[in-house]
Amino acid sequence: MTSGLAIDVHGLTKRFGPKVAVNGIDIAVPYGEVWGFLGPNGSGKTTTIRMLCGLLHADAGEGTCLGLDLKTQPDAIKRAVGYMTQKFSFWEDLSIRENLEFVARMYELDGAREKIDQTIARLGLTKRQGQLAGELSGGWKQRLALAACMLHSPKLLLLDEPTAGVDPKARRDFWDEIHRLSAEGLTVLVSTHYMDEAERCDRIVYISLGNIVARGAVAEVIEQSKLFTFVVEGEGARQLAEKLRGQKGIEFVSFFGAALHVSGRDRTALEQALGPYRGRDGLTITEAVPSLEDVFIQLQEETIGSAV
Amino acid sequence: MSERFSLRRIGAVLRKEIIQMRRDRLTLAMIVGVPMMQIFLFGFAINVNPKHLPTAVSISDPGVYADSIVAALQNSSYFEIVKATNSPAQARRMLDQGEVSFVVEIPANFSRDLVRGARPQLLVESDATDPAAGSNATAALSELFTDALRDDLKGPLAARAQTAPAFDVVIHPLYNPEAITQYNVVPGLLAVILTMSMVLMTCLALTRERERGTYENLLAMPVKPLELMIGKIAPNIGVGAIQSVLVLLIAKFVFGVPMIGSLLLLSGALLLFITANLAVGYTFSTIAQNQLQAMQMTMFFLLPAILLSGFAFPFRGMPVWAQWIGEVLPATHFLRVVRGILLKGNGAGEIWPDLWPLILFLFVSTSLALLRFRRTLD
Repeated sequence: MTSGLAIDVHGLTKRFGPKVAVNGIDIAVPYGEVWGFLGPNGSGKTTTIRMLCGLLHADAGEGTCLGLDLKTQPDAIKRAVGYMTQKFSFWEDLSIRENLEFVARMYELDGAREKIDQTIARLGLTKRQGQLAGELSGGWKQRLALAACMLHSPKLLLLDEPTAGVDPKARRDFWDEIHRLSAEGLTVLVSTHYMDEAERCDRIVYISLGNIVARGAVAEVIEQSKLFTFVVEGEGARQLAEKLRGQKGIEFVSFFGAALHVSGRDRTALEQALGPYRGRDGLTITEAVPSLEDVFIQLQEETIGSAV
Repeated sequence: MSERFSLRRIGAVLRKEIIQMRRDRLTLAMIVGVPMMQIFLFGFAINVNPKHLPTAVSISDPGVYADSIVAALQNSSYFEIVKATNSPAQARRMLDQGEVSFVVEIPANFSRDLVRGARPQLLVESDATDPAAGSNATAALSELFTDALRDDLKGPLAARAQTAPAFDVVIHPLYNPEAITQYNVVPGLLAVILTMSMVLMTCLALTRERERGTYENLLAMPVKPLELMIGKIAPNIGVGAIQSVLVLLIAKFVFGVPMIGSLLLLSGALLLFITANLAVGYTFSTIAQNQLQAMQMTMFFLLPAILLSGFAFPFRGMPVWAQWIGEVLPATHFLRVVRGILLKGNGAGEIWPDLWPLILFLFVSTSLALLRFRRTLD
């Protein structure tokens, strides 16, 4: 509560042997906001989240979660933070109710019985509460996991790719739930690969190879990228991709459905490269605001592409 | 925001473990099946009071008495005469080569000496490399011979039969003078069975959580290492108790092992021994990266426990270095405790020299487990 920030960390660093997984990152999340944590696989998202909830020791850096010191108060942080792991990590050979009971006892919750009853009822699982967690579908597992993480009423929720492998409807419901909780004052840091989810966040942080390479509200991140994108649509657009790739001024070409997004930071060069194809029959080339995905592809090409 | 040790959390872990154990059919089967299998396989295979042991008779003095002895041996179910010879050397060679387990030697002038009352000697050589194998047969010998000759010692010789024995039976257990009886094996099995199943039960305690991905969740919760350890070990003490009762019942009612000493004292020693082994298994699970590694470590522990504890071989017969290894193992001490209590009726004072090493072992392995336990995923 000292800083008015739910998460306030500086220079957080983690090494695994010679590999630097997280390289001195700073994150400051105000209370009540929903932040998206993005970046390619292996960029250090999970490692960062684990350091935030006390599951990994930071090799360097310092900071607080909910005003509690990462180094000296890991136990208090564990009690106050809810953490949902990337892979379903509840006990598949325990029933839904037994899982919740176990969590309630672990946190020594008062009135656990009522809380569990309410949670199960809210999930709509009252009739299935005796069912083994392992028998649930992906979507239900994820809802159970979220409910279990929320059982001890944490003030800060850390979610590590909570919607991976979950169908669109369940994903949407999940996010509705996140926003509902956020409206009640919960602070959320959620890692994801989905652009639509990123767009539902108050702010996003993009991390690559352990470094934060972009941050801010979605519109800000797009603007910061200084990227220009042209959309090529119509007959033969797909076949054009190979021809356009690697041409001067074109940094990357990517498919969006049937359309082609051609992007680069030098608008003039981009126009020149596209010039020969303008006016072709059935082909339209229009300028558009780059999407978040365009920006992320660029960020990824810039950092990882150059590193490989 | 309490930082105290929580009985409630221990209870939570304990409940979870019991539920999971109940749902794990294979483990359930193991709890009862493995000790049953071991005690019956080991118990019967090691010492079944074997019969029809191949026997050679070396007859240097043929006659009516020799015939009676041969007939009696044939009639007893213990011996099967595979060779009757007049050459003691040939009989001995057969014993050397393992073709026979016994050689009964009727010396020259046996009949004459018997009739004169000169108490001739009947020499029995037995192959005692596996001493248990022939022990019952050996025990039956003396009476068998007396009975055999009773019918022949009639009339004027009747007095010889009454002032028995009219002859001496000299038994030479060759190759291994220390005889292990079945009474020794079955109580020893208690130590081996408990070592095996207790270490197995807990060596997977944490590695299983790790492999199923639930470990991360467990660590993210405010549970203390000691709470987790107690919660994981405690249900298995119950498992160990069930196995102990099972083994002891079989020992008593199937194998007729005498139980002279205090069962209460034995229970106390059992509790100590079971917990010590569970702590070892738990320590393995804090070190091992996965279940396979944990199993491999268990094998490393199990092998010396079976071979060097005095279960498989007489402890005093082992080389000194092996004895030192044996002294470090809880099974060695418990073996002495259980044999001491059951067979010799030892009291607390007498088993103390083997009790404190168990306590020390429990303390060391628990400390090691807690020391090794990482509260983070580093």
